[in-house]
Amino acid sequence: MGYKGKFKVWRGDASGGDLKDFEVEINEGEVVLDIIHRLQATQAPDMACRWNCKAGKCGSCSAEINGKPRLMCMTRMSTFEQDETVTVTPLRTFPVIKDLVTDVGFNYAKAREVKSFTPPKDLLPGEYRMQQIDVERSQEFRKCIECYLCQNTCHAVRDHEENKDNFSGPRYLMRVAELDMHPLDTADRKNSAQEEHGLGFCNITKCCTEVCPEHIRITDNALIPMKERVVDRKYDPLVWLGNKIRRRTSSDA
Amino acid sequence: MTDNTENTENAVGTKSTEPVERHSYDVVVIGAGGAGLRAAIEARHAGKRVAVISKSLFGKAHTVMAEGGAAAAMGNVNPKDNWQVHFRDTMRGGKFLNHFRMAELHAKEAPDRIWELETWGALFDRTKEGKISQRNFGGHEYPRLAHVGDRTGLELIRTLQQRVVALQQEDKASTGDYEANLRVFAETTIVRLLKDASGRIAGAVGYYRETGQFVVFEAPAVIMATGGIGRSYTVTSNSWEYTGDGHALALLAGAALVNMEFVQFHPTGMVWPPSVKGILVTESVRGDGGVLRNSEGKRFMFDYVPDVFRKQYAETEEEADRWYDDQENNRRPPELLPRDEVARSINSEVKAGRGTPNGGVFLDVSTRLPAEEIRRRLPSMYHQFKELADVDITAQPMEVGPTCHYVMGGIEVDPDTQGTVVPGLYAAGECSGGMHGSNRLGGNSLSDLLVFGRRAGLHAAEYIDGLGTAGKPAVAAADVDAALEEALAPLANADGENPYTLHHELQVTMNTLVGIIRKPEEVSEALTKLEEFKPRRTKVGAAGGRRFNPGWHVALDLRNMLIVSECVAKAALEREESRGGHTRDDHPAMSSKWRQINLICSLNEDGSGIDLKHQPIPTIRPDLLGLFEVSELQKYFTDEELTVLGDSAEPVAEAKPAGEAKPAAEPEVKSEPATESKAEAKSEPEAKPEAKTEPAPIPGQSNGEKAADTAADKVAEKSTEKSATAEAEEQTAQAEAEAQTEDAETAAEEK
Repeated sequence: MGYKGKFKVWRGDASGGDLKDFEVEINEGEVVLDIIHRLQATQAPDMACRWNCKAGKCGSCSAEINGKPRLMCMTRMSTFEQDETVTVTPLRTFPVIKDLVTDVGFNYAKAREVKSFTPPKDLLPGEYRMQQIDVERSQEFRKCIECYLCQNTCHAVRDHEENKDNFSGPRYLMRVAELDMHPLDTADRKNSAQEEHGLGFCNITKCCTEVCPEHIRITDNALIPMKERVVDRKYDPLVWLGNKIRRRTSSDA
Repeated sequence: MTDNTENTENAVGTKSTEPVERHSYDVVVIGAGGAGLRAAIEARHAGKRVAVISKSLFGKAHTVMAEGGAAAAMGNVNPKDNWQVHFRDTMRGGKFLNHFRMAELHAKEAPDRIWELETWGALFDRTKEGKISQRNFGGHEYPRLAHVGDRTGLELIRTLQQRVVALQQEDKASTGDYEANLRVFAETTIVRLLKDASGRIAGAVGYYRETGQFVVFEAPAVIMATGGIGRSYTVTSNSWEYTGDGHALALLAGAALVNMEFVQFHPTGMVWPPSVKGILVTESVRGDGGVLRNSEGKRFMFDYVPDVFRKQYAETEEEADRWYDDQENNRRPPELLPRDEVARSINSEVKAGRGTPNGGVFLDVSTRLPAEEIRRRLPSMYHQFKELADVDITAQPMEVGPTCHYVMGGIEVDPDTQGTVVPGLYAAGECSGGMHGSNRLGGNSLSDLLVFGRRAGLHAAEYIDGLGTAGKPAVAAADVDAALEEALAPLANADGENPYTLHHELQVTMNTLVGIIRKPEEVSEALTKLEEFKPRRTKVGAAGGRRFNPGWHVALDLRNMLIVSECVAKAALEREESRGGHTRDDHPAMSSKWRQINLICSLNEDGSGIDLKHQPIPTIRPDLLGLFEVSELQKYFTDEELTVLGDSAEPVAEAKPAGEAKPAAEPEVKSEPATESKAEAKSEPEAKPEAKTEPAPIPGQSNGEKAADTAADKVAEKSTEKSATAEAEEQTAQAEAEAQTEDAETAAEEK
């Protein structure tokens, strides 16, 4: 049941590179990552790729397969025709380090800029009480495996390097929403969502949702509700009036 | 092998021309999984400057793979739960080989460690009262596992990761630098630990995977938190990182490993398609009602309840099914026996020809819960099977079989401080040993790494405070040079043997010859092969440059995998009994004599291999022994050991002179600080010869008719005469009995 398949894999580094052709054995039930591993073991021992769990849980093996951002470990070879050439390239939005490995430092930098969970000061460990229905919204976002496929796909940075400073990307806007929806978080995150993390850059094309391997409804459940919360704050006439009269800062409210 | 011309600028550097980056920290934590991050957080809380070394990206550690939950006796679901019950379950699960003090600390401190996570943002599933919900799991008497669906490990790693970020934000606010006091070195591999002239830890040397450049860390304290050894096996649930780095680095630095023969094969890994073979199927499937069936449709686990557990497990399907709703009046389903029992049972069914077409058994939850409920409780499993195997677990059974999952053995540590015999070297989590005895209960790993990760961080910080004016240990330049030379060797030998080939041969060897069921001749054969692999390992080559070169990385990891494999095989050959994660074909019974012995691995004189010695197991404090019924203890302990219990143990003690019993134990029990006691143990005449005496086989109780004696056993068990011990051993053998005739199993399915 095995067959010889055709692969094109991008090889190179920051200074440049190109697609290399490979012919490689493919067996029943295999995924793209299995084939990359076979190439390493038999034809290209120094071919760089990241992977850890090989079960869709760690989000390490992100790449673009035939142009689509995917996890290599969750892309089955049976989804391709046997005579189809499978092309694997690194994530386009991040700088290449080598072969399929990119510098994803952008994401770690953005993660640090999100104000951490801020619990009520008087609540001791063991005293936290939350209802299941109230934690479920944030729990959906905490399913995120940080594969950065959404970050890679979002056109606000994919095609616009210049936006990287001012836009945290879907993953970290979702993180802001997750904390804002946490039943016990006390920080105000509306202004920072808009002003520091660039929520306004998102124009709801839902590309992030489409590529999410965890099927998190990033746009519908995190970004749009977050936009609504920001709007409620920014454009509510009463809040506007209150701000005018009392010069409220972002930390009260 | 040759298309790497574009990397020529990364040509091999030499140590003479190459400047090596240096960093100085108080504590270096090697490993960024749960134990490592928890240790780093604690050391940072204690005011230390901390570096965390992560082999992969930050937040990708193997901890994310943990599915079921973290065991902690919070009593949120069943208020009868408390640390004593958790302690008992842990000791039973480990068949009383656990370091009692670690099991005690673990049971006592786990709830605080879980509650603390909530203050850092963790969102566990809730009870109706809004507390943390707790689920049932194998070997746990009450619902005990704090969980988030079936992705608890991810929640844990993310929470700890975000706690690290929170601390970095504090430092940014006070110093202007996020990394002033706590820095994560991602994609960095340590190749050697460094010591000063007096033998204290002085630091570590490693390389950045991204560039291949070397880096030296100077630090008086190093905490190993590198996880397990599963990559030495073909069928494993473990990620590429699990190459036994911590075990090997510590051993090379002079530390000892304890009980490396105990390797846990998780009963339920995927078996089809071949490329996903070994990927974990969480125990929660069974905890939430899933049942195991053979190809005849029979719930076979009822046939495999060993006598030592018979009291706690249902005898009929009806009783087992009632248990999910009424745990007060029914006993647990046998699918929830500890993992070693279930794994061996599955193995036996398959060998008896009652397996599935792909060589597993069926795990069915589709007929047990409504589809909606399955998707809610087991979302990752639903997706995993849907996407990787085209199986809809709400409509079809899964096919599962055992997979190498966890190593109970590990770096020998002091139970209170996690310190090793090497001053300044600590270990926590899977790479440390003792806590789980011969078999770990599901859910005890996530709580283990929190409890002992914290303790390691705390005591490493205290150790540094205690150094006082004596000053920091100094790194010797020659040691750094030697480490660099060793690491660069494969690159200088580009035409050498393919490291992937050697790795594969090692995996097949361990999987087929030192797998679930061990035969002495096969283990010996494995040891012979390992000796052949050693010289081959030094001649492997890595084509290409130093920048992110996986071939080179595998070549370097091989050293560690060979070391831990030798430890596992040597200890497996030595221990002539079957207990927990070690099943000997020729010694199918558990032996009370062997229970008194820890097997200790250390590096031999010339560094060419492993020395193995016997060391007496620490004596369990009488107050902890008192938590068990004597009749249960008699199944595990020798009569003389139980004399400390006084009157209640009299019937068994009578024959033995009381003097033989171990001294009743130090009441305050800092118990066996590894640092001191080990030195003594070395010079002590070893208990060895005596340990070898296998208890004579007891007639009666023959194997085979388990089903028949199920009912009878329960009654028989209550009468606790002297033969109980022997009987227990015999009974344990039953589960394995069928397995014996066959071979080193699952491995054979290697494609």
